[in-house]
Amino acid sequence: MTVDTLAPPAPPEQLTPPPAPRRPRRRWEDIRAGYVFLAPWLVGFLLLTAGPMVASLYLAFTDYNLFSPPQWVGFDNFVRLWSDPDYLQAWKVTAVYVLVGTPLKLAAALGVALILNAAFRGSGFYRSAFYLPSLVGASVSIAVVWKAMFIDDGPVDSIQQFFGFPAGGWVGDPDKTMPMLILLAVWQFGAPMVIFLAGLKQVPHELYEAASVDGAGPIRKFAAITIPMLSPVIFFNLLLETINAFQVFASAFIISGGTGGPARSTLFYTLYLYFRGFRDFQMGYASAMAWILVLVIAFITVIFFRSSRLWVHYAGDEGR
Amino acid sequence: MSATQLLVTSDRGRRRSRDRRRWTLKEVVFHVVVLAILIVILYPVAWMLLSTFKPSSQIVGNAELLPRDVTIENYETALGGIGGVSFWTFFQNSTILAVLSVIGVVLSSALAAYAFARIDFPGRTAYFGIMIGTLLLPFHVVIIPQYIMFNAFGMVNTFTPLLLGKFLATEAFFVFLMVQFMRGLPRELDEAARIDGAGHYRTFWSIMLPLLKPALVTSAIFTFIWTWNDFFGPLLYLKDPDLYTLPIALRLFVDQSSSADYGGQMAMAVLALIPVFLFFLIFQRYLVDGVATQGLKG
Repeated sequence: MTVDTLAPPAPPEQLTPPPAPRRPRRRWEDIRAGYVFLAPWLVGFLLLTAGPMVASLYLAFTDYNLFSPPQWVGFDNFVRLWSDPDYLQAWKVTAVYVLVGTPLKLAAALGVALILNAAFRGSGFYRSAFYLPSLVGASVSIAVVWKAMFIDDGPVDSIQQFFGFPAGGWVGDPDKTMPMLILLAVWQFGAPMVIFLAGLKQVPHELYEAASVDGAGPIRKFAAITIPMLSPVIFFNLLLETINAFQVFASAFIISGGTGGPARSTLFYTLYLYFRGFRDFQMGYASAMAWILVLVIAFITVIFFRSSRLWVHYAGDEGR
Repeated sequence: MSATQLLVTSDRGRRRSRDRRRWTLKEVVFHVVVLAILIVILYPVAWMLLSTFKPSSQIVGNAELLPRDVTIENYETALGGIGGVSFWTFFQNSTILAVLSVIGVVLSSALAAYAFARIDFPGRTAYFGIMIGTLLLPFHVVIIPQYIMFNAFGMVNTFTPLLLGKFLATEAFFVFLMVQFMRGLPRELDEAARIDGAGHYRTFWSIMLPLLKPALVTSAIFTFIWTWNDFFGPLLYLKDPDLYTLPIALRLFVDQSSSADYGGQMAMAVLALIPVFLFFLIFQRYLVDGVATQGLKG
């Protein structure tokens, strides 16, 4: 997933060179076979990724509604975005979701992983069971159920009334739709938890034993051993979950009934892009939005990698 | 990523040898805590399943799990379909798309992975870098031109836009997974095949593909589940209810049913998830290990 943790392809020269006289033929065969095997990917990349990226960059500077030819408008779309209250609202909603939801989800994942790491009987079962929500959480089905749980007099409302909180479902309350969606994200902590567990298993036991001999308590051990040793995995989870969080769509779409409401409280960036592009057919405007999203995600990725030198600890690279 | 690459299964032997021991206090506390978390986590799933057997009037107004009066009318409503289109049409559409996607992803990704992992040709490193770059690319930047293109070709309202990319290895994650797997296979196999006179096509088909099976299975399972659950693609491209997959049919059902009919909605939600649950039960080892070793998102 991450570019700089990949081992570069082994230099082919070192691997039993073919007999000298056959080399030219072999090389030509390799080139031909290489392109034959790569052909589907290459066509897919040019037709469905590279071409569309160039096209959407162009469209971002035009007015285009799918029916009449694109009109060049220069930076107009980008200028209009910053005075579009819905667009600013979309950033606000998305930013809250990413900045609050992702850390909470990862904290839950790490917490449960630390408990399961005790590896008592049944740990494998628990691991699978906790993973289940990650597999289904982004589906329309779960969004429908989540919505039903948080309606007026639904189970969550019943529970909060039982504990003496004011009555009322969360679905129609603009202040509570975000907590509801963040809970749905946290509920899917299983996938990062599984990755944390795999990382925890790699921490050498001797480190903890040595720390115990030196009189370190559990908190000290956690801060001085677990966190640094786990930092590559934390980095990986943080990057992956942050990028994924930007792209949430189905849950917000279903829970808001395809509106981004109530009171634009679930107007995620992806939802607004969809509305502009495919409901209003303002495809130039939507392309400008898409490119800003790409640049923001690219910027965040670069920041993550730059900062990783300061806090990600690669223990002698023996893990590679 | 490679920091997470270890065998989660390696502790199984250790655990088994403990099974005869008596329960310690620590272990009891562990189970109490974990079970408490598990109940909270699985409550929504249990509530969903059990609510589908309640009359709609009993779904709201309480947080109880068990139905007081058991009914199957919700399932009758859900299976009745929407707007004259049968539930089984949606089920069939979802199945066709998922199965074809699995075939496309597995085949095209394995071909590309073989080129990246095993063939030495100029430009390979650059192509590999580009492929990795597409992993992090948000798909939003390509959907608008893709839609314009498919619209121009008259392919909106067909399955083609949803399948074409799958047959062209655009799911970079699976290409990457297979490249990583192939790099772990001994080079001597290729060398031996070459000495025996096999070309790349033969080596790929008779040697690599059979050995690649675990990676192929993992890719197939994830592709099936992701395609099955996909909402955005079908929402964009499928307009005719006869072509709807289950997720967008469920959305239509939710929009059209009266807001009080949570029973019917949830029955259809459950029916739409049954294949995913089955895959989970059968292949959980592959799924969880796929996440543990490759960081596949859920």
